[in-house]
Formats: sequence, structure tokens, C-alpha cells
Amino acid sequence: MGPFLEVLLGGLLTGVLYSLVALGFVLIFKASGVFNFAQGAMVLFAALSMARLQEWMAPTLGWVAFPVALTLSALIMMALAFAIERLVLRQLINQEGIILFMATIGITFFLDGFGQTIWGSDIYEIDLFLSKDPIFLFEDVFPGGLLVDPYELMAAVIAGILVAVLAVFFQKTRVGRALRAVADDHQAAQSVGIPLNYIWLIVWTVAGLVALVAGMMWGAKLGVQFSIALVALKALPVLILGGFTSVPGAIIGGLIIGAGEKLAEVYVGSMFGGGIENWFAYVLALAFLLFRPQGLFGERIIERV
Amino acid sequence: MTLAPSQAGQAETAPPLLSVTNIEVIYNHVILVLKGVSLSVPEGGIVALLGANGAGKSTTLKSISNLLRVERGEVTKGSITYGGERIDQLTPNELVRRGVIQVMEGRHCFGHLTVEENLLTGAFIHGGKRRQIAEDLEKVYAYFPRLKERRSSQAGYTSGGEQQMTAIGRALMSRPKMILLDEPSMGLAPQLVEQIFEIVKSINEQEGVTILLAEQNTNVALRYARYGYILESGRVVMEGAADTLRNNEDVKEFYLGLGGEGRRSFRDVKQYRRRKRWLG
Repeated sequence: MGPFLEVLLGGLLTGVLYSLVALGFVLIFKASGVFNFAQGAMVLFAALSMARLQEWMAPTLGWVAFPVALTLSALIMMALAFAIERLVLRQLINQEGIILFMATIGITFFLDGFGQTIWGSDIYEIDLFLSKDPIFLFEDVFPGGLLVDPYELMAAVIAGILVAVLAVFFQKTRVGRALRAVADDHQAAQSVGIPLNYIWLIVWTVAGLVALVAGMMWGAKLGVQFSIALVALKALPVLILGGFTSVPGAIIGGLIIGAGEKLAEVYVGSMFGGGIENWFAYVLALAFLLFRPQGLFGERIIERV
Repeated sequence: MTLAPSQAGQAETAPPLLSVTNIEVIYNHVILVLKGVSLSVPEGGIVALLGANGAGKSTTLKSISNLLRVERGEVTKGSITYGGERIDQLTPNELVRRGVIQVMEGRHCFGHLTVEENLLTGAFIHGGKRRQIAEDLEKVYAYFPRLKERRSSQAGYTSGGEQQMTAIGRALMSRPKMILLDEPSMGLAPQLVEQIFEIVKSINEQEGVTILLAEQNTNVALRYARYGYILESGRVVMEGAADTLRNNEDVKEFYLGLGGEGRRSFRDVKQYRRRKRWLG
């Protein structure tokens, strides 16, 4: 039982990290119907600025460098959202979804390249001031207890807070309601006086901040390097499972994918000679598409008969 | 055929709240949809824009509310003034802030939001004025008691009539001075159409909201409106007081379905129409 739970828990915690990335996709998709291919690049960009700013200021400021770098990175992500809205989205208003999607592919490559040009392309570290030693949980329940990575535990807590805040924001606030209105019907939202530009600015800012949190956690775990951008690819099966429009779906999808791939690797992997962790999630997503294309929590397409 | 506005009993003295002068609208840079439409709406009036499918009613309304750009349309000639101010270049948001709001054809409710949330989106421009918004919500529920019953249902699952009420109520939440109402009768049972028009009329009377209405249902529209314009392929071909229009022989024949001198075959009607060019 012990080893099983340990694999499960490890998987769930990794899943939370996938969820953090998937959240960014959901936010933008919900509010503008655009699949933002650049989310992975935003995660990388945010992580790079965080790592380099912290590294740069740490010798003089010590631990204070962390909150300062975090604030500056948040401001950078806001500026980025502003620039994307002004220079790309505003110009493409009223274009087809596929054109906006192509535009986000362009943004992806720009951010990947530009980020590494200004911040450098080595592997950098983000110091979250957490002990590198794993924690043992439930030592009195299981022999040896459960081995848990403190970074992942921290990520889980942060993701939980983030989701709670976003849920309240979407369901209870005026701007959140406007965001959902825009997601349902652009034109009608405009007709009642909701300015699209403002709404887009807000979602891209929020998605940028979520990318910063995700980038920080992934960066602290793996080191900040180009491969972080590829983590976004793992968010795709999460989205398919959870539904493109659901914030809780992104979280639960992440948990299922995270736990599923670890368990599959350990218990089924040997049948295939191992290494199924990398593609298991996609197969799961494919199977899901066949039976429930809107995902577990995606909004059903309402069609009146 | 034009009846002078004074003859039609419209107040000539006060300048109109809205006046559209000779506008031309082109979609996608090539498709000419409006070929010089002019109309004026007095403050507190109900004016109907009539005509068949594709005559340009919706386009006229959208060029006033500036929702045309979403569909890649553009006003290329003419001018639109509201309260003496040019409004052609304003965004829909700025227009709603000035009190001009459109209720779009086909309702366009936010399907995944509840009825009440739909109504609240109409108050977006009023920001955090909680008390005002709560009052307005009660007012909308007073006009549409049915919506109060359905307040927590997802709008996408409500009936066509309820959706039309939601759309009108949502517009009302913005505290408009003028509502551009596009085809409120679409797809609704005659009884319901009557009910909705009654409510629109009482909104006009009690709230002093000016209404510009686009309708295919000429019969109902002319009973509630005080003045009407008839559009045909992008031009105003006739205008006049509602009563006058209702008793006009051509309107009777083409729009009210009351053929005067016996029944003609459809082919004859088409020929007759082709020969006869109204106005220009």
C-alpha cells in the first residue's frame, strides 16, 4: 500500500504543476475563445525574468531579492499582456479564431527567442528558500512514511489558493461576469457596453500572472531552461480531460493526468518495456475525446431544439 | 409618396434625438448594403423601420450602435447624430454610456450565464453602484415577472420568449435613453409578440425611453409605433405616420397582406413590383 500511495501522491503533485499551466490556457480560452499557443512561452518568459532578476539582485539584497524580483516579473508580465493586446489582438479584432490562433503561434516563437536574447539561454535557478530534502509524511501510518518533494507540496498549496481566487473572481465579480459574457458572445457583450479591449487586457494579464506562478514552480523544480516551454504540451491532455472552459476542470484534469501517468509507468509500463509516462497522457486524452469531447467539466454546447 | 413629417403629425419644432442622414454602408469593402438611408427619431417616440429580409433594417440599426465593425461593415457616407453630437466614430461602449443601446436580432443572450447574470451584464457600465443596480434589477423584474421566476436558470435553456425578455431587460439595466430594438417578434408566438410589444410600449411611456424598432411584422409594428419608415433594398422607399402607412394601399398589399382588388397570382405580383419603382 505504501509504495502505491507514494506513486499516487507524487503523481498528483506533479499533476498540480500541469494544472497551473493548463489554467493559463483556460483563462484565455474562456474569455476570448482563442487557444493561446503562447502560454508555454509565457511560462518560460516569466520564469526567465524571475530567475535572472533574482540572481542579479541576490548578492546585494539577500532574501529581499525574491519579493522584489517577483514584483518586477509580475509587472513585466502585465506589460507583456498590454503589448500583446495593443500590437496583436486589437489589430486582429473580428478576425476568425484560426487567425488569432496563428497569431499566438507567432507570439510563441517571438517570446521564446526574445526571452532568451534578453535573459540568456543557460540553465538558471530560482531559489524559493525551501529545503531540498524530501519530507516524510504519515510515518506512523506506513513503515517509512511517504516521500514528498516540498516544492511539489508548495505548488499544490499555491495552486489551491489560485483556483479559489479565480473561482471567486469569475463567479462573483462584475469583471468576472463580463469575462464570461464575452466568452459566450462577443458581439452581444459589445452591444451591452462591455469593451472587448479592456476584457482582453485583463485576461492576458491574469494569464501572464498564472504563467509566472507556474514558471516559478517549474523553474524551481527543473531549473529555468528552454524545456520549460514544452511543459505546455503536457497541458493539452489536461485541457482535453478537464474541458477547455473550466477552471476546476484544469485542476482535476491535471491531477488525473499526473497521477495516471505515474501509476501507468510504474504498474503498466513494464509490459511495454517502460517509458510510457511520456505518451500515456495523450492516449488517455484521445480516449476521452471519443467519449466526452467537451471534457469532464467543459461547458456543454447548449442547443435549443 | 413621401408624406411631409408635419402632415404626419410629428413634432417638427424640437430637433430629433437621433438623425441619420444619407448613410451608405459597405460590407467587406465590396457589398453595398445601404444606399443612402435617412431617418430621424424624436425624443420619446417609437419609430418603426419596416421591410423584408435583407432590406437593410438590421444594418441601419447596427450602423447607429456601431456594431457593424464586428461584421466588417463600414459607414462610408453620410452622418449620424444623437442629441446634436456626431456619433459615427464612437465605440459601442461609449454609445451605451451616452444612453444608446441595441437589443440584437435573435436575442443573443449569454447562454451559460443565468438570467439574472445576463441582466447584470447590462449594468456593466455602471460599475460598482450597487444600490442603483439592485433597484434597476427590481424594476426589470417588475416589467418581466417571468424573468424573476427564471432568475437562476441558465439563459441558454430558457424559451425564446424568455430570452427576448432577458435581452430587453439587459438593455434596460444600462439605463438607456434610446433602445434600438431589432426584430423582437422573431420566432415568437403571436400572443407573446403582443405581450412583448405591450411591455416595450410601457417602457417607452413610463421610462421615457425612445425606441427605434426594426420589424418584419409590419402589422404589429405599425400598431405600436407612431411613425414608420419602409426600407427596400437599402433605400427608404416610404415614410409616414403609422396610421397613414397602415391605410396606404401599397403598404396594405405588400406588407400587410391585404390585397385590394382581388387575388393575383404570385407571378403577377412580382411583375407588378418590378415595373413599379417607389420613390428613389
